[in-house]
Amino acid sequence: MIDNFPFIAVIIFVGLGIYTLMFKKNLIKIAIGVCLIENGVNLFLITLGYKKGAVAPIYTQVPSGQSMVLPTPQALTLTSIVIGIATTALILSIAMMIYKHYSTLDTEQVRRLRG
Amino acid sequence: MKQMSKIVRTITNLVYGFIIIFGFYVIVHGHLTPGGGFQGGAIVASAFALLLVSYGSLITKKFLKKDFLSIMESSGLTMFIVLAFLGLGITFFYNFLANIGGWFGNTPVIGPNPGDINTGGVIPLMNIAVGLEVLSALGVIVLLMASGAEFTKKKENS
Amino acid sequence: MNNLLNHAPILIVAIPLLAAFLIPIVGKVNKKAEGITTTFALGISLALTIILAIKILSVGPQVYVFGAKSPSLTLPSGLKFPIRIMFEVDAMGIFMGLITAIVSFLGAIYSLTFMGKYDGLDKYYSLLLLLTVGMFGMEFTGDIFNFFVFLEIASIASVALISFRGTDLGEPAEAGFKYMVVSSISALMVLFAVGIFYGQYDLLNFAAIASVIKYSQLDKIALGLLVPVLAMKAGAVPMHMWTPDAYSEAPAPITMILVAASQASLYALFRVTFSLYNISLSTLTVGWVIIIFGLLSMFIGVTMAIIQKDIKRLMAYHAISQTGYMLLGVGVGLAVLANPAALQKYGITAMEGGIFHIMNHAMYKGLLFLTAGALFYRTGTRDLNKMGGLAHSMKYTTIFFIIGAAAIAGLPPFNGFASKLLIYESVYRFNPLLSIIAMVVSILTLASFVKVFHSAFLGPKLPQFKEAKEVPRSMIFAMAALSCIIIFFGLFPNLIVKNLVHPAVMSLIEQFKYTGTVLGGM
Repeated sequence: MIDNFPFIAVIIFVGLGIYTLMFKKNLIKIAIGVCLIENGVNLFLITLGYKKGAVAPIYTQVPSGQSMVLPTPQALTLTSIVIGIATTALILSIAMMIYKHYSTLDTEQVRRLRG
Repeated sequence: MKQMSKIVRTITNLVYGFIIIFGFYVIVHGHLTPGGGFQGGAIVASAFALLLVSYGSLITKKFLKKDFLSIMESSGLTMFIVLAFLGLGITFFYNFLANIGGWFGNTPVIGPNPGDINTGGVIPLMNIAVGLEVLSALGVIVLLMASGAEFTKKKENS
Repeated sequence: MNNLLNHAPILIVAIPLLAAFLIPIVGKVNKKAEGITTTFALGISLALTIILAIKILSVGPQVYVFGAKSPSLTLPSGLKFPIRIMFEVDAMGIFMGLITAIVSFLGAIYSLTFMGKYDGLDKYYSLLLLLTVGMFGMEFTGDIFNFFVFLEIASIASVALISFRGTDLGEPAEAGFKYMVVSSISALMVLFAVGIFYGQYDLLNFAAIASVIKYSQLDKIALGLLVPVLAMKAGAVPMHMWTPDAYSEAPAPITMILVAASQASLYALFRVTFSLYNISLSTLTVGWVIIIFGLLSMFIGVTMAIIQKDIKRLMAYHAISQTGYMLLGVGVGLAVLANPAALQKYGITAMEGGIFHIMNHAMYKGLLFLTAGALFYRTGTRDLNKMGGLAHSMKYTTIFFIIGAAAIAGLPPFNGFASKLLIYESVYRFNPLLSIIAMVVSILTLASFVKVFHSAFLGPKLPQFKEAKEVPRSMIFAMAALSCIIIFFGLFPNLIVKNLVHPAVMSLIEQFKYTGTVLGGM
């Protein structure tokens, strides 16, 4: 049961993110929703490579005979974090541009593109 | 952004250099210890952000030139891709420096060891290129966001 | 020379990437050189793509393993499964690669004059090259995580390009925000599916996963994540809300490339269903799901298009509607995949129609968006009610518009007719109703374009457009090149279908060919 906690946390993260995206009208909150989903997915990836009692997969100064966690999911997560930073920065700067033009962050008032 | 109090500025003066040195340490030891180009670059950029928060964007802009940072970003990226191209005699991204002696060419020891910085072939070089790129790109992002925030604040006050 | 050919798959991607990073430095030296460098890099890419296409169509799928001892060494020293990142280019991949190469090269040429009056062009060209890199990567990669990375590169670059005019106007920023949220959600869901695959099989390679896939409960979840998000990125109804905004607010050459970018997602959808799962999934159900996506897109797209006043928004809704044809054709092929007799009888033809339509759509929709850009360049408006009488002053643009409109409506000597006829014929044998709906949609498309033609080009010369003249030469060249391709495809459809489209369809259907190239005769 305790091993499944990370997966439950993943579901909560992704669920909260989707909730935020669907029901919140503020552009910054939408950006937060995207970040929540991203964190959930990252947590999912990093949990896949976890092994109880294992150390980080680095040979420098490691006690011999110690078992190590799988490094590939960590590399994947790192890549996805890097991409996530770019995404977040882009979303926030576009939100800033929208604020500059419309002086509001409310999606209801921003919508000029209709139909 | 305005300047913060004297206490904050003094602490910034104290830790600023250490943060940058730690960032470069993480970049250069990327092939041995946790970290690498991106992480180290992000640490260096966090020093820039600290400078920006404590000294305000007017003074910071005298130290950090946006144009210089974007040139550095492009050259970091170009260095990375050129290193990948240099392996093209065999395959793209081929590690042509590894295990032949010379630059970063020592054969790494298998199993637990104290770590030898002179290993890894092109990996440390790529880490340095990525580190340069990330620190300057994040620096540019921080600077641009600060000037954007200033703009919106001016708009709110008027 | 032979050495160069071995490296062709990576050079197609790497040369634009190198150019993208060099452009800011080049721009510091000489502003004019930015556009020339971009065009030059994309030209090399196009030439290499054509060379690679000839090789693949004569020899077979090509693999390129990064950092290995030799480009084709997929399984070094007795490994059972590949561990390195690799490109795997088969007939379908190179088919999409050709579209990307043509469209991005012509887009760069068109941008030379079209974007002339804007600032910050070094960033524009860098992003254009990165978008091309992302699309090529999505089409060529043989690694599912690498696919996610290229998907993100393409979407970040296209968001920045859509909101390129956002510093002066509000609407492009709005469209960019919408597209960014949509594409980051879809990319994250793709990553979730990657995690599911990795957790089950410890593999990230498309071919290796395809050889062991069991269609377990988790695989069903992964399929349920992948199909809707990739259809969303392709702009299928009911997840189409970003398409009209993004297409209408982006600069015209970018819109043309965005059409190809959404088709790269469509390609990924087909790659996942055919090459990854193939007959292990319940083909009839998934096939019908894709057919229903297609039907909704066709019908809702065209009905929404009829009521539009904005010329680019109208064309964007038509793009949704045409995506429906591709989904319909390939969906029928998927629905009968497990039934060899029906597959031989009409399934392959339906897929040929769908896949051929991808190429045709990229060409004529690109041409139409470019003519809309030409109108915007001279009149400064996209509102159809404000235009009129432009046929007097913009003769070439008028001719190109007629060619594009006739092709999208499926009139005979143009390429739209060829692929739509293949779809009608074969889908009629699967289910006559689907074919009839497709024909009705085609007629509505014609009606809508007659309206555009009438309000923009016909009528007396308007006083406010007295100064309007023909657009500059580089824009004419891009439009003329696309028109030539459209007419060529329309006149010799058999040649294209036999030599280019049929191998692409067979490489989708025959899964073992895709996996065998990597895993060696399995």
